[in-house]
Amino acid sequence: MTHPTETGRERPAAIKAVPVRHPGRWVAIAVLAVLVAMFLHLIFTNAGFRWSFIFTSYAPGKRGVMFTEPVLEGLRGTILLTVFSMLIGVGLGIVIAIMRLSPNKVLSTVAWVYTWFFRAVPRLVLAVIFGNLNILWTRIGFGLPFDKQIGQLFGIDNFDGQIFSVKSTDLLAGFVAGMIALGLSEAAYMAEIVRAGIQSIDEGQSEAAVALGMSRGQVLRRIVLPQAMRVIVPPTGNEVIAMVKDTSLVAYVPVTGELFFQLQQVEARTFVVLPCLVAALLWYLIICSVLMVIQFFVERHFSKGYGAAGKARQRLRDIQVEQGGRITT
Amino acid sequence: MTEMVRAESVHKSFGSLEVLKGVDLTVPQGGVSCVLGPSGSGKSTFLRCINHLDKLDAGRILVDGELVGYRERGGKLHELSERDVAKQRQTIGMVFQRFNLFPHMTALDNVMEAPCRVKRESKAEVRDRALALLDRVGLAEKVDNYPGQLSGGQQQRVAIARALAMRPKVMLFDEPTSALDPELVGEVLEVMKGLARDGMTMIVVTHEIGFAREVADEVVFMDGGVVVEKGPPAEIIANPQQERTKAFLSKVL
Ligand SMILES: Nc1ncnc2c1ncn2[C@@H]1O[C@H](COP(=O)(O)OP(=O)(O)OP(=O)(O)O)[C@@H](O)[C@H]1O
Ligand SMILES: [Mg+2]
Repeated sequence: MTHPTETGRERPAAIKAVPVRHPGRWVAIAVLAVLVAMFLHLIFTNAGFRWSFIFTSYAPGKRGVMFTEPVLEGLRGTILLTVFSMLIGVGLGIVIAIMRLSPNKVLSTVAWVYTWFFRAVPRLVLAVIFGNLNILWTRIGFGLPFDKQIGQLFGIDNFDGQIFSVKSTDLLAGFVAGMIALGLSEAAYMAEIVRAGIQSIDEGQSEAAVALGMSRGQVLRRIVLPQAMRVIVPPTGNEVIAMVKDTSLVAYVPVTGELFFQLQQVEARTFVVLPCLVAALLWYLIICSVLMVIQFFVERHFSKGYGAAGKARQRLRDIQVEQGGRITT
Repeated sequence: MTEMVRAESVHKSFGSLEVLKGVDLTVPQGGVSCVLGPSGSGKSTFLRCINHLDKLDAGRILVDGELVGYRERGGKLHELSERDVAKQRQTIGMVFQRFNLFPHMTALDNVMEAPCRVKRESKAEVRDRALALLDRVGLAEKVDNYPGQLSGGQQQRVAIARALAMRPKVMLFDEPTSALDPELVGEVLEVMKGLARDGMTMIVVTHEIGFAREVADEVVFMDGGVVVEKGPPAEIIANPQQERTKAFLSKVL
């Protein structure tokens, strides 16, 4: 169809050209297809994988090893551990990043030392240490600091300024110890990610906000961090996915309610090695896929006003307006 | 007429570099002062001292009779808390050369942000005011656009509306049109002329001599951290007395 333009001339027909051929690509695709077929053939015809063991039933009267009760418990443990240690990591990481950027030398040094320490110590070592901390301190409490020492200063023996305290074997064992170890370690990495994000934002942004009378907290919360999120989210996605896999380290705390440990237990009982490993692999694949979908939406949320997504939204609005529709925000 | 801004012998150094070496300036309420001067003469630094983005080393600045950044008690100066400084900044609007709009907010949200968050005014009321302001700067159709979807001139007009939304007593402009394509300069200057007509007190750092001649009550020529010459635009621009002023004007005119 042709439309008359403003000059009165007719718009020429849309271009229908023969696209450039890419024979190299077709060869590559063919090679890949054969390789994939070979791979699938290898997997599905080798009885050693024992797919029914994985999916349908691993022992008489039991479900497949992926779905058996202790493994599902372990899966739940892995997910909870990931969520909680990432919450600690992100929360503490933001605080440490802000301390690190503070003009106050004491604060920034403390933050620097923290990152230095927890990045240097392997997570596995941390996990084991935290599993054994309850040997060092028998009770953990909350209350007046140095209460015993202050008591002695005034000649009172056994002065107790603790508001509450618990036996550390109750608190610092298993799940909680693993969670804290992973969370503290994660905070060091998150601090660096958040710092990079904050520093990537133009100085003029906080200047404009301050000039409007906003407080430093408001500037950070409303102006700097929301923009920094664009830089923070992708590496944080990496961190979450790495954390899912690192939760298997807490087996050394020891924590038993964890996916890989549970599957190894089944392995030890049934002497069926490979299918158990494949079951673990499949679960990790599933968790990470879900996380990647979540990351996609989070990234889209924080790209408001930037690049393609923002422009596309605007185009939609313009079309609505053109068609006499209402602007919805 | 009452004085809105009064700067007395303002000194400011960055390290060993003395940028301001005793700048004096008074602007009456509703007055418009245009600050001219070569690059590096300290114009931006002076503006930033007025709302305490930069701390001065010596001298004093008063806005509407109130000392900026300090409190005088018993002959001694006490630094104001961050909160009190923020409170003073609410009454001093500032427009930057590079706009500095918040890119993650729509034009409307940019304008509404400070009144809602800082002054905690009711959202509905602020919204009406923000829409009126955006209409006044000619952007009624662009309220829902993000800064990235606006031209430079449009962005700068949003930035002006954003500053006005706080109902400032004085507006500071730091080369508001220097980052704009020539054909967009006019629309921003038009908005500023309107403001001046409506009686806003303004200090404008600019290289737009035509604007200074037309709008300014006083033109201030700065060079090397001092005010070299000041007076009514007709006199300073048409008939400068100082060599440095003559040399500068011959380059920009
Ligand atoms: N934060 C800072 N640290 C160190 N030096 C600075 C800082 N800000 C400004 N200066 C210096 O102070 C001098 C004056 O700068 P200022 O920005 O006030 O000049 P200006 O008159 O606004 O120039 P222009 O017309 O280029 O904007 C310059 O030599 C600049 O390098
Ligand atoms: Mg400047």
